[in-house]
Amino acid sequence: MQEINCEVLVSKAAELLEKGTVDRVLGWKAGEFDYDITPAVFYSEQELRDGFVWNDFCGANFSKYLIKETGKSENKVLVFLKPCDTYSFNQLLTEHRFDREKVYAVGVPCNGMLDIGKVRQSAEGIAAVREEGGKVVVDTLYDGSISLDREALLPDRCINCKSKKHAAYDELLGEEGEVVSSARFDEVEKLERMTPDERFAFWQGELSRCIRCNACRDVCPACTCEKCVFDNPASGVENKAAANSFEEKMFHVIRAFHVAGRCTDCGECSRVCPQHIPLHLLNRKFIKDIDSFYGEYQAGAEAGSRAPIVDYKTDDLEPAEAVERGGEHA
Amino acid sequence: MRKISLSKLDALFEEIAAAYALYLPVDTKAGAKFERWEAGKTLSDALNTVRSAKDFFFPQTENLMDFKMEGKNIEVIDTRSESEDFVLFGVRACDVKSFEVLDRVFLSEPADTYYQNRREHGVILSLACTKLVETCFCGTFGIDAASPEGDVVCHKTEDALYLDAKTEKGQKLMAALESVTQEADASAVDAQKELIRERMAKLPLANLSADAFGDGKTSEFFDAPEWSELSQSCLGCGTCTFVCPTCQCYDIKDFNTGHGVKRFRCWDSCMYSEFTKMSAGQPRLTQMERFRQRFMHKLVYYPTNNDGLFSCVGCGRCVAKCPIQMNIVKVMKKLGGREND
Repeated sequence: MQEINCEVLVSKAAELLEKGTVDRVLGWKAGEFDYDITPAVFYSEQELRDGFVWNDFCGANFSKYLIKETGKSENKVLVFLKPCDTYSFNQLLTEHRFDREKVYAVGVPCNGMLDIGKVRQSAEGIAAVREEGGKVVVDTLYDGSISLDREALLPDRCINCKSKKHAAYDELLGEEGEVVSSARFDEVEKLERMTPDERFAFWQGELSRCIRCNACRDVCPACTCEKCVFDNPASGVENKAAANSFEEKMFHVIRAFHVAGRCTDCGECSRVCPQHIPLHLLNRKFIKDIDSFYGEYQAGAEAGSRAPIVDYKTDDLEPAEAVERGGEHA
Repeated sequence: MRKISLSKLDALFEEIAAAYALYLPVDTKAGAKFERWEAGKTLSDALNTVRSAKDFFFPQTENLMDFKMEGKNIEVIDTRSESEDFVLFGVRACDVKSFEVLDRVFLSEPADTYYQNRREHGVILSLACTKLVETCFCGTFGIDAASPEGDVVCHKTEDALYLDAKTEKGQKLMAALESVTQEADASAVDAQKELIRERMAKLPLANLSADAFGDGKTSEFFDAPEWSELSQSCLGCGTCTFVCPTCQCYDIKDFNTGHGVKRFRCWDSCMYSEFTKMSAGQPRLTQMERFRQRFMHKLVYYPTNNDGLFSCVGCGRCVAKCPIQMNIVKVMKKLGGREND
């Protein structure tokens, strides 16, 4: 099996630029450190050779960038998509958010990206990070080289990966993986087993840390409104200040409702939260409920599919059947 | 200079807490955070708190005044109250320097009395860094992590905490701590400082320079073509501005409570589309312009108005927290290197 490394991706991009299939490449740009990689657009083979990178820290989901990028030119842009990115890609197509004709998508395999926060918990002063014999080796400023188990450094979204299979591409590099059975609803079930008051306390503890930086919304491929209601001074709900210590629930719960049926569970919201709020659990609860009330549905698995909650069937569940309230805050 | 054995830190905290509200960094699920000390809470070893210490002087949200309306009469209610005396323990050199950056904004005439009130009642016990990390670049802005400013400067060695009062406020606090501390000479601290400075010199960003920026460089950088490429991946979230110890932009709004009005202010961010929106419209229409504003403010506008002082202290929070890892270091390297290209 061909090993998909940085060189393979650069060669593929150079070939497509050369042939004129695309005139630019959306890729990952090397940063100051091995882990601080920024999405960037490359226009030439030279630029790719100088700064393109593909490693364990290329976690950013590129699908949302296609909205802006396809608007810039009539020509095609090359995008490299990991399996989970392709679900967002399809979902954005379903919502007509970019022109498919302006994109050449190359699927790349993914073994899970690393969480730099978890690396930091084990290593102070990170000088370099590399993979060696299945281990992640971190050169540190003070404690020499530390060898860590890769599994222990994966973020939750990768531990509970739903699919190694790409949902969309024009061309695939490496071998196609499978949709995997993940334990992604385990945490949700744990929350469901709590009493309503315990659950309220859990979310209060998590969400009250929110600083309203909006990174979760801005990174989310399902959040693509031209103008968010929370950014609109004329909306009456534009709000950078919490009126009480738990007002943040309103922002996050409304956002979760807004993306229900459209969230592909890519996990970008939790990746970017500076306060480590497990926002993906809200979305997963909605996904799980949709699955159990309307039948299994995976947003983004197919472009053009209709989410159960925007579809209508005569035997649909009545709202009252879905909800059971309880607890002091009901 | 006085010292106390690390095993007796609780006694020190107890003594401080007897006279002041004491806040110190403690470890939480979400990282280190300043919390009010009470028995059982221990000092975090983390280099930085997730949110900076600026919250204590410039909180994310505060009520400025209330208006009560009865018929045609409007009563203006001053909601201010005198701040309690409080101690911030364990503030790093970068964060202490950030208070100077904020002071120049909020204490210049006319002084912001809300900020001033908290500033006057706060006592800063700074803590020299021991293990700086790869995202640190305080040295770029002339800050010495081995020798922070503050009312009392503390150094933690393997077995003891050394405390050195630098201001009147600091001396007053130290006088109250005589019973739990003992006289010490500076030799252990001097050795520690040397070690820290050696470590600073070896940091990956040790040679990052701000020389290209500063006072009066607006025209040199404003129309730089690099802004477009640098900003292209920016999501426009405000994470960098919200974890930054020196960002000081705010919004003031009136909230109709149904039986009156609350006037509050809250942090704002130049990254947001409605930031500084005026009756004439929006002065910064694209993310490129908003992105440029943040870095021009830190590196050019602020020093132009403040005797060359930069409004970045190199704490590295934005480097660690940006969702797409575009940060001031990359901006400085790209723009600062232009002349040498």
